[in-house]
Amino acid sequence: MRRRQVILSAAGVAGAAAFMLGLGAWRTRERAAPNPLLPLPLAAMDWQLTDHLGQDVTPADWLGRPAMVFFGFTYCPDVCPTTLLDIADWLEDLGPDADKLTVALITVDPERDTPQALADYILNFDPRIIGLTGSPDAIARTAANFRVRFEKVPAGEGDYSMNHTAGVFLFRADGRFASIIDFHEDRRFAVPKIRRILA
Amino acid sequence: MKTILLATALLLAAPVAQACETFTIGDISVERAWSRASIGTDRPGVLYLEITNAGATDDALVGIATPADAMLMLHETVVKGGIASMSHVASISVAAGQTVALSPGGFHGMLMGLTEALTEGATFPVTLTFAQAGSVNVTVDVLSMRAEGPGCDDAK
Repeated sequence: MRRRQVILSAAGVAGAAAFMLGLGAWRTRERAAPNPLLPLPLAAMDWQLTDHLGQDVTPADWLGRPAMVFFGFTYCPDVCPTTLLDIADWLEDLGPDADKLTVALITVDPERDTPQALADYILNFDPRIIGLTGSPDAIARTAANFRVRFEKVPAGEGDYSMNHTAGVFLFRADGRFASIIDFHEDRRFAVPKIRRILA
Repeated sequence: MKTILLATALLLAAPVAQACETFTIGDISVERAWSRASIGTDRPGVLYLEITNAGATDDALVGIATPADAMLMLHETVVKGGIASMSHVASISVAAGQTVALSPGGFHGMLMGLTEALTEGATFPVTLTFAQAGSVNVTVDVLSMRAEGPGCDDAK
């Protein structure tokens, strides 16, 4: 009986030690070099853009609140309205909690998307969404921080369209990247993902 | 008098019912044709609809035109490796017995040279040409900029 207790407590100590080691390894891994495929933490980003009201915005301005960010452009007939409508629906589903989020559309088409053009567009969806634009260099730097890719595609007669990363990025209040909501992702998964950064 | 009242009632009811109207040519029927209101004429408009081929022969949508737009084209949104792109498609096949939807995030008509802004509640005509069945004129309902689907009672 006594021997069994000793064995059990030894096993308990070994188990606890293994748990602590594992936890240590997990925490170290989290602080390890950034994954080149995922967005940087907001605190490590270095962009500066202008919002649809003409105000300067930097990633530091977003720290302290969870953030939902996506890239697009207002001359986009299908993907961007679809994403914006999804976002407007998610915000509605979240109810009053949605007010705790920073929600931003960053344009990949700064040539056409002036602050005014962004304002005209996004106000049709949800007034809580912020539109961000800047110089082509500023947009390129921002996209690099988020690991977003985009390219201009000629569409005939001097017109053009943009290919771009379509997912919606979620960041925790401390600026750490949390997850991506993919285009076409089921709403049953999208809203819980957002709730996780609000928790 | 009664006839005039009836005609007025029909005129008033017509814009509401149109998105659910079915347009038929041969074995092909087209329904749930809708678009979203545009901001001015610079930004492109969009066109969504559903095509059903009730026949025994495969068909394909090979042409699309409208007086509302200088260059209406068929596009498909493709998301590959997280990147969304739109590719121009020359035709959309509609196999025998199948329904193909032009719907948000997939196939759609892109109106890149709007002659005037698309306003909510308005309609515009589109001519669809099929390889087998021929051409059919369809009335497209312009819904709100926030519409996510056709405004039909029986919408999916």
